[in-house]
Amino acid sequence: MNSESRHEEHMHDGDCANCPNRMSASDSEPPTRRRFLNYLLGTGFVGTAFAVLYPILKFITPPHLIEAAQNSVTAGKVSDLALNSGKIFKFGNKPGLLIRTASGDFKAFSAICTHLDCIVQYQPENKQIWCACHNGQYNMSGANVGGPPPRPLEEFVVNTRGDDIVVSKA
Amino acid sequence: MKLTNDPPSYSRSRLTFFALIPMIALVLFQTAAAQKKDSCVECHSRLEGPLSEPVRLSKGDVHNARGLSCVDCHRGDASRDDKAAAKGRQTGFIGKPRSSDIPRLCGQCHSNAEFMKKFNPSLRVDQESEYSTSIHGRLLKSGDQKVATCVSCHGNHGVRAVKDPLAKVYALNVAETCGSCHANAGYMNSYRIPHDQFDNYKKSVHARALYERQDLSAPTCNDCHGNHGAAPPGLASVANVCGQCHSRQASLFQASVHKTVFGLMEAGECVQCHSNHGIIPPSDEMLGVGEKSACTHCHGKGDSGYAAAEEMLEKINQMSASISRSTEILNRAERAGMEVSKPRFELNDAKDALTQSRVLVHTFSTDELDKVLKPGMDVANKSYGAGASALDELSFRRKGLAGSLFFILFLAALIYLKVRELERRSQAEKPAGG
Amino acid sequence: MKVEPVTLWLDDRLGIGSIAQLARKKEIPIHRHSIWYYFGGMTLFLFGVQVVTGILLLLYYRPSAETAFESVQFIVTEVQFGWLIRSVHSWSANLLIATLFIHMFSVYFMRAYRRPREVTWLSGVFLLLLAVGFGFSGYLLPWNKLAFFATKVGTEIAGVIPLIGKPMLRFLRGGEDVTGATLTRFFGFHVAVLPAISTVILAVHLALVQLHGMSVPPGLEGKNLRKMKFFPGFLMRDLIGWILAIGVLAALAALFPWELGEKADAFAPAPAGIKPEWYFLFMFETLKLLPPKILSFDGEVLGILGFAAGGLVWFILPFLDKHERTRRPVFTVIGVIVVLFIVTLTIVGFVS
Repeated sequence: MNSESRHEEHMHDGDCANCPNRMSASDSEPPTRRRFLNYLLGTGFVGTAFAVLYPILKFITPPHLIEAAQNSVTAGKVSDLALNSGKIFKFGNKPGLLIRTASGDFKAFSAICTHLDCIVQYQPENKQIWCACHNGQYNMSGANVGGPPPRPLEEFVVNTRGDDIVVSKA
Repeated sequence: MKLTNDPPSYSRSRLTFFALIPMIALVLFQTAAAQKKDSCVECHSRLEGPLSEPVRLSKGDVHNARGLSCVDCHRGDASRDDKAAAKGRQTGFIGKPRSSDIPRLCGQCHSNAEFMKKFNPSLRVDQESEYSTSIHGRLLKSGDQKVATCVSCHGNHGVRAVKDPLAKVYALNVAETCGSCHANAGYMNSYRIPHDQFDNYKKSVHARALYERQDLSAPTCNDCHGNHGAAPPGLASVANVCGQCHSRQASLFQASVHKTVFGLMEAGECVQCHSNHGIIPPSDEMLGVGEKSACTHCHGKGDSGYAAAEEMLEKINQMSASISRSTEILNRAERAGMEVSKPRFELNDAKDALTQSRVLVHTFSTDELDKVLKPGMDVANKSYGAGASALDELSFRRKGLAGSLFFILFLAALIYLKVRELERRSQAEKPAGG
Repeated sequence: MKVEPVTLWLDDRLGIGSIAQLARKKEIPIHRHSIWYYFGGMTLFLFGVQVVTGILLLLYYRPSAETAFESVQFIVTEVQFGWLIRSVHSWSANLLIATLFIHMFSVYFMRAYRRPREVTWLSGVFLLLLAVGFGFSGYLLPWNKLAFFATKVGTEIAGVIPLIGKPMLRFLRGGEDVTGATLTRFFGFHVAVLPAISTVILAVHLALVQLHGMSVPPGLEGKNLRKMKFFPGFLMRDLIGWILAIGVLAALAALFPWELGEKADAFAPAPAGIKPEWYFLFMFETLKLLPPKILSFDGEVLGILGFAAGGLVWFILPFLDKHERTRRPVFTVIGVIVVLFIVTLTIVGFVS
């Protein structure tokens, strides 16, 4: 094959498959099987590359929940909480009690009663925090003022950001 | 010591020496006087056995710490060493007081508000009058010498404050103190009341809270019976007493049909189902119509109460089963590595509903139970759904894996074929010398 | 697409032509032990996986005692495919150490450390230490109970070494005890110090391999062996292995996700049966089995010094076994004993 002698002038040791100079006649019409194999190979590479790149791209896209909410949580909206009312919210894995006092201030406490771990609630009629399990009572500073609870409720810091109420650890 | 014609300095120092003696003597006398003479203590401390016990006990005694001593209760003359003189008639000495005199004796100080104010202004001064309303007080007045008086619970010598953990009336010690008479079958055999209260109480959930968890808010004898005015609560006031802590159950009961019915039956409200001393944690089996049911004591098949009991138990069991199912699927999802803390948190609402429904049993109305159980079931079902979708995500991952593996193996095989092909070609095209 | 003008452009500016020349010339001898040649490249690939997944994890990880555990939990639960990246990173670390050991022992038994490849061996042992350092420092980063106590025990053992032990312990821990300071320090080692050193040593190691070519075991030297071209033959076969490795890692991540456990609590007692990672297990078990006193010396100290001495001998191996041509059954036997020792004690560590 005359292409051979011409190829000897090139420094690629007869590896025609990777010939950067498409000069020989023999590879201007590759056999169909080889073309099919190349086509499949291309598909395979692309498919695998996709299988690898897709998760990576998804990974670097920030998720909905931007940070591990451990130290601070949006407990609700100012417009949703009426005066002299309370609601339970999720703080990490534990329940918290968010109260809007009659004068409009916000207070937040751990909602876990210090007696036997029941969930406390806000009593608007008495303006105090009450535990239904054994009639435990806490005042608006979280101090245990009646019934079995031995310790005050842990108090959290409340800030408002626009319409959001943000509760964070003290 | 010689009297000599010494130089003036020597005679001066002798003078000072002699002047010192009376001064020293005066000082010694003063200190002796400050520790007032107490011949009771001096004498009794030297005696053996029980006669010296009062002196030994006085070390921790709360009266003693405030400067009160033997004569303040027993009268007599503590300045006299001679026994006849110290304990003579003229001194007003009271030896061992009679049981029936003790309340009055203690009351001489403890009922005197002006006097008590000097020591502890916040102490109550109505113990004596309260005592006279108690069973013990009434029996004492009728001549019973066996009943408890002040010293039976507080001790006579070595009295300690209630807050003192060594006091016989400290929260953790009350039941044993009461039980020292009330649990003594021989002592109590002349009375028509049972003597198993202490034994029953020890098995109760309140005793467990008090002794095992050291929860001092848990009730002991005096929290339900009163301490000085000790008496069992009247049949129609049991709910009030239990309701001091269990306020919701009590108020629900008092608004229910059972309040009037139990009153007519002369049944002891809460005690009728929950017992008085040996109160164990209530179980769902107390509802319904099974073996351990409390309802079937009065209700028989066919009456509305029987039907209500059945229905309430069924609803509660349904709720409980739904919560278990949801918890189980969430556990499975979590073990497989999925994050389910939010649905778990929300499931708490369902658990709350279940707890509430058990409290609402005291309305004895299935409608009331429905009001909390319907939303509760919704929550439980929602959590179940969250768990199921977590498991779906898991199977999506496995399918994704299978798909990717297919591509990977496919590609690996292709590369292999390709490389074989390339090598075959390069072998074929190699010049002879290669 | 016309490749030729692009390659010419690059060659003109970067001189890649000569590199491409070398690559085309490189050949691999084929014989019955050639299979082991793939393990170096596999280790390199897994290292690459670690770099990529490590950088991805860095986008979300927070290296402080208060937030580390929560950030890993966040990655695994909230970040899309976070579970995959994290599990791949943890599994690949273990596979990397395994292939590294296989690579090292295959080099040993094929005596590829002989002249002129002594420095390649030295750099390789250095890389082993770096890899183990990566493993030890990385293990602490999730700040869970298991890792906390494993670090405590591991640094404790380091502290037992006479003279330098105590200062080394304080250096590693960033104080007297394992605290948040330890975590920050280990994080610095893991993402900055060790990668920097590894880059240099790895570059040296790879450059030397290219320089000297593939070594042939003593028995087969001089024989006229079949040669395979590095490019495309060997490289594409490498590629097959690497792609299969991706598959294995994906399967491990999906079917056996790496546990997160519970957050570390400095005040809680150590859970029962604390064990270090499997690649430390054989040393851990040996120390456990040694008697408390050997002659008049502390058993544990002697054990650690023994391992250090063994490591040193391993390091200077090319200078101990200088015979270039002949086989050395002594060294083969010693090698087999070492492998059996490690394997047996690792198994013992697993079952106990």
